[in-house]
Amino acid sequence: MMTYWSHQSISPVISAIFLAPLLFGVINWIKAFLSGRRGAPWLQPYFDLWKLMRKSAVYSRTTTWIFRAGPLVGLGAILTAAMIMPMGNIPALVSFPGDFVLFAYLLALGRFFTIIAALDTGSSFQGMGASREAYFSALSEPALLLALTAVARRTGSNSLSGMYEVLSSGSWALVSPAMVLVFIAIFIVFLTENARIPVDDPTTHLELTMIHEVMVLDHGGPDLAFINYGAALKMWILGQLLIGIVNPVHTGIMWLNQTISIVVSLSGPAIAVGLIEFSMARLRLKRVPQLLVAAGIFSVLALIMELR
Amino acid sequence: MNNWIDLLIILLILSNFVMLGSSRLAVCIRTLAIQGILLGILPLMIDRQDLVLHTTLVSIGALIIKGIVFPWLLFKVLRRIGIRREIEPFVGYVPSLFIGLAGLIVSLYIGSKLDFPAPESVADVIPLSLFSILAGLFLLTTRKKALSMVMGYLVLENGIYAFGSVVLNKVPVIVELGVLLDALVAVFIMGIATYHINREFDHIDVNRLDNLKG
Repeated sequence: MMTYWSHQSISPVISAIFLAPLLFGVINWIKAFLSGRRGAPWLQPYFDLWKLMRKSAVYSRTTTWIFRAGPLVGLGAILTAAMIMPMGNIPALVSFPGDFVLFAYLLALGRFFTIIAALDTGSSFQGMGASREAYFSALSEPALLLALTAVARRTGSNSLSGMYEVLSSGSWALVSPAMVLVFIAIFIVFLTENARIPVDDPTTHLELTMIHEVMVLDHGGPDLAFINYGAALKMWILGQLLIGIVNPVHTGIMWLNQTISIVVSLSGPAIAVGLIEFSMARLRLKRVPQLLVAAGIFSVLALIMELR
Repeated sequence: MNNWIDLLIILLILSNFVMLGSSRLAVCIRTLAIQGILLGILPLMIDRQDLVLHTTLVSIGALIIKGIVFPWLLFKVLRRIGIRREIEPFVGYVPSLFIGLAGLIVSLYIGSKLDFPAPESVADVIPLSLFSILAGLFLLTTRKKALSMVMGYLVLENGIYAFGSVVLNKVPVIVELGVLLDALVAVFIMGIATYHINREFDHIDVNRLDNLKG
């Protein structure tokens, strides 16, 4: 097993841990700005997390340890995934051949615990949300894995750090129709995993239409803070996955590289998500699987184009 | 630039998936128009080094007939019969997409086994055309509306045309143009037939035509 370490590798993890909630703040600000409102301050997600951390959790008597373990395992899985996620050409803290499979399954582990914690409450609404989440993620997981396999094939490296080091070599020489397909597929997975608009509406008030929100209804206090922080981290690292493909930063100066990467990874996904949420409504639940199968088809096509 | 042929092939494959997964007939007709235009460009891309008059002629003919005349005819029928979408095909849309994926893999396998005297750069057109033929057959057999069946037939025809475009230099121009005209007449007649079925029975659900048997 090859593991390499360099002093700058700490920066992707540190920036993810500290800047992830800011992403939500920027998205909400963009949405408010586009619809002509003033919007909450950018730091609002931090205030919310701080408020939740000071509260105490309330547990229903019907729940077991699974319900309490859910938020912890979810956050732990995402933090671990953040360790193996590089930032452009800055390698990740830990990297080894095949770590992209671990990455996909860390996301799946977090999701699995969210689902069984939701089922543990015995509430029918939560069961419904859990069933939808399981269905949609069963369709989005192959799309993500196949897309990453296509990238691995393209770049000739099977660790995330290696892949993104080749991709962000300072030019778009590697761009091919297949990589465009990979980008679209990963973007759909990004929207699904983060429960954003064409798939799920994070601001909905009706339990019947919720997917992710309904599963965490019973969590409160620090548990909810963990869940919200985990969601922000998930969005940050999946955003890295996307940005690494399209942003070939390579200035030669390390601190400049890092600053550009951080600015782009804050603004890129935030602007994309903000624009989408401003301009379109969510899809009908029956149409969502079609979107996810389409993402899968994009990945398969990309892989086929790369395998020739 | 091989990338451009790749891009065309990817777009054509995706347009087939749109045909398989979309319930709105207007979307299907527009996709068919795009497919026709892309197919018209395809032979020009393949033979860019030695662009002969014959290839250009057939390509322009295909582009006009497949990209403009067919969609125009189909939209005319669509307006006359006043239906918007295919309701309840025999196989649902998500399963259709999965079957389409299976069909794509099968056609890639057959394409790789087929020992066909084609230049290296166009080797990918053969799986594409096989996939179009399979997708067209699938649409023909699983959709209930007569108009969707016409579109299935056109996807099938597009597949055959894509196959022909690989060997275009070897097929006499008169044969190619004859096939195009045949397809045109077929769509024309099917459009009229669909209109008459609709006027006679107030629907174009082919499944219910079975009831007519004495």
